[in-house]
Amino acid sequence: MRLFLITLSVFCVCAVVSADAQPRSPQIFDLVEPFPSVFPPEQVSARDLPNDAGGSVTVSWRISRSDPEVDAYEILRGQELEGDFSVIGSVEPGTCEFIDTGVSDGVSYFYAVRAVKGEVKSESTPSAEVSSSAQWFNRNRTSMLIALAVFSLLVMWFIYRAKKGVELFIRKISGLEAVDDAIGRATEMGRSVLYIPGIMDMDDIQTIASVVILGRVAKKAAEYDVHLHVPVSKSLVMTTAQEIVKESFSAAGRPDAYNPDNIHYLTDDQFGYAAGVDGIMVRERPATVFLLGAFYAESLILAETGHSVGSIQIAGTAMPAQLPFFVAACDYTLIGEELFAASAYLSKEPLLLGSLKGQDWGKAIFMFLIGAGVILETLGIINLSRFLVTR
Amino acid sequence: MKRQAPLIITFLAGFAMILGYFIPHEPFGSLQQILNTWYMVVAAFAMILGVGNLVKLHSAKIRRRSPGFGYSYVLLAGLAAMALFGITRGIEPGTVFYWMWWNMHVPMSSTMFSLLAFFVASASYRAFRARNVEAALLLIAGILVMIGRVPLGDMIWSRFPDVADWIMNVPNAAGQRAILIGIALGVVSTSLRLLLGIERTYLTGD
Repeated sequence: MRLFLITLSVFCVCAVVSADAQPRSPQIFDLVEPFPSVFPPEQVSARDLPNDAGGSVTVSWRISRSDPEVDAYEILRGQELEGDFSVIGSVEPGTCEFIDTGVSDGVSYFYAVRAVKGEVKSESTPSAEVSSSAQWFNRNRTSMLIALAVFSLLVMWFIYRAKKGVELFIRKISGLEAVDDAIGRATEMGRSVLYIPGIMDMDDIQTIASVVILGRVAKKAAEYDVHLHVPVSKSLVMTTAQEIVKESFSAAGRPDAYNPDNIHYLTDDQFGYAAGVDGIMVRERPATVFLLGAFYAESLILAETGHSVGSIQIAGTAMPAQLPFFVAACDYTLIGEELFAASAYLSKEPLLLGSLKGQDWGKAIFMFLIGAGVILETLGIINLSRFLVTR
Repeated sequence: MKRQAPLIITFLAGFAMILGYFIPHEPFGSLQQILNTWYMVVAAFAMILGVGNLVKLHSAKIRRRSPGFGYSYVLLAGLAAMALFGITRGIEPGTVFYWMWWNMHVPMSSTMFSLLAFFVASASYRAFRARNVEAALLLIAGILVMIGRVPLGDMIWSRFPDVADWIMNVPNAAGQRAILIGIALGVVSTSLRLLLGIERTYLTGD
């Protein structure tokens, strides 16, 4: 027992002596820095924004572990890894992506993101080097390019066949079949034909389609010697319509019957135009009203007024929201694509009819793709639908 | 040449727009924006043509004492007043133009817009007559949607709003999408006819 106590004492003395002799070893709480009040964002990466005209870089990161407490993330950009980084933008907490549109193509940049909470800022490690560049093809639109190419080839193929003299079957469109009768009715009644080419300008494809149809209607009106009245809501539409009607009257051998004052401007204002056209309808009581083009809320106001004065009405638009109004209020309605088919249909020219045939085949391809898409999606194969989506 | 020049311009401009859609690289990427800006400039100047046409027609009406020529005085006076006050005094709040816009033009536009409610009622009355199977289906669908969209429908049966939503989101959406696909094809077809010079109705002269 004594021996044990002596050994223990010696051991303790040695231990105390050795502790005093050596420098004090660091404690565990000295090695670990205190917990930061805000954790920095992590895994910051930067890449050139694909399929663009250059000048932009996408910066992405993993949000800070302190995200709920963070006030904002600041995005920093520098041209050297060890150089100065300047703040180029700020985003809200929870955001993990930022598109920098202030870069120059071909110049290398580094990015860092820092979480900000009051005065405390916690910065991430910088991203890898990145530079932006412009692309020569938007790959997100590959499916669109293929569809356009296939459809264009189909149209051109049928135009070629029509040129060769092959007779093409085109389904009957009752609204267009009624055009001649409608103008004939105006002749018999001794009243005018009112043509409304919509309320949009010449940069709208519906207005373009409408003024092309106006040419056909004007030719018929000239042949039947009917007064054609075209109030428009855009100056450019007025000048275009005047030229087209003049040409049609000349083609019909009635250049003397053309009066430019019959194609006139009312106003650019939507409801001002509706009020003006309503006034014309009530005063003139036209035998026939054509409402062909792009329409918005004024569609039903015009169509109902036309109905109330007893006009036969042929309407057509590619605005799906306005179609029910025209169907309810007009005698004939050209639904969507029929508006674009009207000019070709009325002309009966083989070349133009060929394009209609191509349009029908395009629709058949779309129907097949929709069917295939439904089956593949049901089977969990999503590659087709992914490919078809364009951005 | 008088006919060929517009055809060439149409083809080049249209083809450039198509290239701009698929090629983001300059100069193609910004072509659409540039051409749209050009168009807006041209359209702004064309406004003069419209105003000129308006003044010419209504002056002639007044000169000839055509029926309703008094309204032409009102139109020309309104046109002159708005232009005069807008150009000389500005269009900011507190100006005469601003007052006329909000106290004359806007109420008149709202009046025209409000007529739509009565026209919807009269058109619905005609459309909802069950003359055949299709009209009967339209009538039933219309009634279900209308009941489902008002609080009374929910009070009668809590599933009415769901039925209305189903009609709008399934058969209605399917029909609208079918129409939209047809429209898209029609647009491409019309554009091709114009670009390739097959459709030449818009050309005049020899």
